[in-house]
Amino acid sequence: MKNITQMLKIDRPTLIAFLCVIVLLLLGALYSPNFLSADYLLKQLQVASFLGVIASGLMLVILLGHIDLSIPWTISIGGMMATASAGFFGPQIGVPLAIPFGIVCGLAVGLVNGFGVAYLRAPSMIFTLGVNAVAQGLMVIHTGGFAPQDHATDATIELAAGHLIPGVANSVIAWFVVGLATVFVLSRTGLGRRIYAIGNRERAVFLSGVNTRRVVLTCFAISGACAGAGGVLLAGYANRSYQAMGDAYLLPAIAAVVLGGTSVMGGKGRYLGTVVGVILITILQSILSVLQPQALLAELGMKLPAESVRQIIFGIVIVGMLLLYGREKAIR
Amino acid sequence: MSATDFPRAEGRRFWEGWRHTIGGHRGLLIAIAIFAVMFAVYGWKQPVGLTSNIINTAANKGVLLALVAMAQTVPVLTGGLDLSVGMVFVFTNCLAASVVVGGGVQTAAGIVAVLAAGSTCGLINGLIVVYGRLQPIIATLATGAIYFGIALILRPDPGGSVDPDFADFMTRSTWGIPSSIILVIAVVVLIWIPYRRSVLGRAAYAIGSSEQAAYMSGVPIARAKVLAYVLSGVLAAIGGILLTCITYSGEARAALGGDYTLNSIAAVVIGGTSLFGGAGSAIGSIFGAFVMRTVGDLLFVFDMDPLWQPLFVGVVLLLAVSTGSLRLLRIRNKLDLYR
Repeated sequence: MKNITQMLKIDRPTLIAFLCVIVLLLLGALYSPNFLSADYLLKQLQVASFLGVIASGLMLVILLGHIDLSIPWTISIGGMMATASAGFFGPQIGVPLAIPFGIVCGLAVGLVNGFGVAYLRAPSMIFTLGVNAVAQGLMVIHTGGFAPQDHATDATIELAAGHLIPGVANSVIAWFVVGLATVFVLSRTGLGRRIYAIGNRERAVFLSGVNTRRVVLTCFAISGACAGAGGVLLAGYANRSYQAMGDAYLLPAIAAVVLGGTSVMGGKGRYLGTVVGVILITILQSILSVLQPQALLAELGMKLPAESVRQIIFGIVIVGMLLLYGREKAIR
Repeated sequence: MSATDFPRAEGRRFWEGWRHTIGGHRGLLIAIAIFAVMFAVYGWKQPVGLTSNIINTAANKGVLLALVAMAQTVPVLTGGLDLSVGMVFVFTNCLAASVVVGGGVQTAAGIVAVLAAGSTCGLINGLIVVYGRLQPIIATLATGAIYFGIALILRPDPGGSVDPDFADFMTRSTWGIPSSIILVIAVVVLIWIPYRRSVLGRAAYAIGSSEQAAYMSGVPIARAKVLAYVLSGVLAAIGGILLTCITYSGEARAALGGDYTLNSIAAVVIGGTSLFGGAGSAIGSIFGAFVMRTVGDLLFVFDMDPLWQPLFVGVVLLLAVSTGSLRLLRIRNKLDLYR
């Protein structure tokens, strides 16, 4: 195992996660050969791209050793602001501004998170939780008080579901661009080095003369912007935005990053791992909804609601995979 | 030392001792003070005054969150976190709506079964965290999904029933004292205080302060951590039973579990427990929970537009968690900002 990983220059978690993707697809292929068709795989890539964009930003925050629990409502803010933009600024300016406006609103949420964590020194878990509640409150007022436009603009729909390259959805290109940028930042810039360093020991980085608070602020801002962008894409994909559109993305986003080998304690992890983690989560969800394990169980005389089986298998797979390679060192 | 100096020195030591005690419980005292002020304002603005009915309703709501917040406190003290408390709460609610029926011995057996189920959930969390060596935050996020799935199996649609005599007993108030308050006092006296004073309870605090140092001192880390999660499961299950008594039914709703998980963390923080572990108490969390619930009641009596309520609750939560930043003003060395 070690030789293979060294040869391919892939770390072990990424390889295991990748093998799991292959196994899942082969399992699916036993059920129906469609699982290996290009059509299905490209469709899954499109679905994965939304999670991928969101997970990219979250990964930076996790690399710092922090966490962003405001993801769900930041996604909703991104999507809802993008669709409401025409109502705010008028059709002339609002329609072309829809996509950047959604992303900027996500960025603003991220800046608040970053300010609280970096400058107020609040624990990220609880502060982002509070920001999530505030974001939810804002959106409740927004939908209740203004009866806003919730239909996505043509450009947004084109971004999420259009095809510039035949067969490949534009959202996949968007994820590719975001991914390239993340890889560039993490491996080729001073910011990237500082992110890894802070994840290992912020105190030491501060003593080396780095403005660590600005780095933390930047990462949370990027995470917010990515979640906002994810919301814009989701709004485009569904043609509309709605309040709880981000609720289903917190656990998958964290799971994708962590399954990809990034340590929740920070300082360790590679973007390739996150990509594989995102694809793994997407394929797992898709296979669970297509294969319908509850139908198999029903033949055995157990009638179970579909959602319950999906949740249980999802949880077991995450725990099981982490037990394979996500374990901490024992205290000695 | 002359004889006249002696009493003064003794007196000073007496006050030093008190200052130490108060300093050690600052979080708890602040939470109690905030709650007292808020509840007084609530009672004063309440048009019919604080009748026993109104107190009973407020107590039931507050105690529900208080139990889940206590459940959250124990793992937090060890430096961990239990993101599955809300889901254990929902799961035990669904289970209780099926088994706490029939009256007498059958009801009692049902309650024991629900508590056992809750402790099993906690045991699974504990074993995964301790022997699986996974980060608590991600492990309990995943197990939470599993427990919610099981809750859905038990109760695909809201419904079920509960022993009416038992439910009535748990939710009424006797001579102006709500049973739920007695329940929470009983939990403190029978579970929390013995736990706090036990070896494993002290070990939980030691682990939260410094796991490395605790290991070096021979503290039974594995057992203490597993017990912390088991206790968390039991307390969440008590909450689940109380919820069943209040609603007379079980409902597997993901949003309910998520809401309770989030609010429990907020209540823990407001109650003065450090999220880094090692300091705080479950009693603080009870008042933290009461504060969280009274915010909602206050908005109601002040006739706030329901549309604005979620935002207001969010802002209060954010302000509450930001108050910890006041310590920044007292920091002399900038290096203390960083860990």
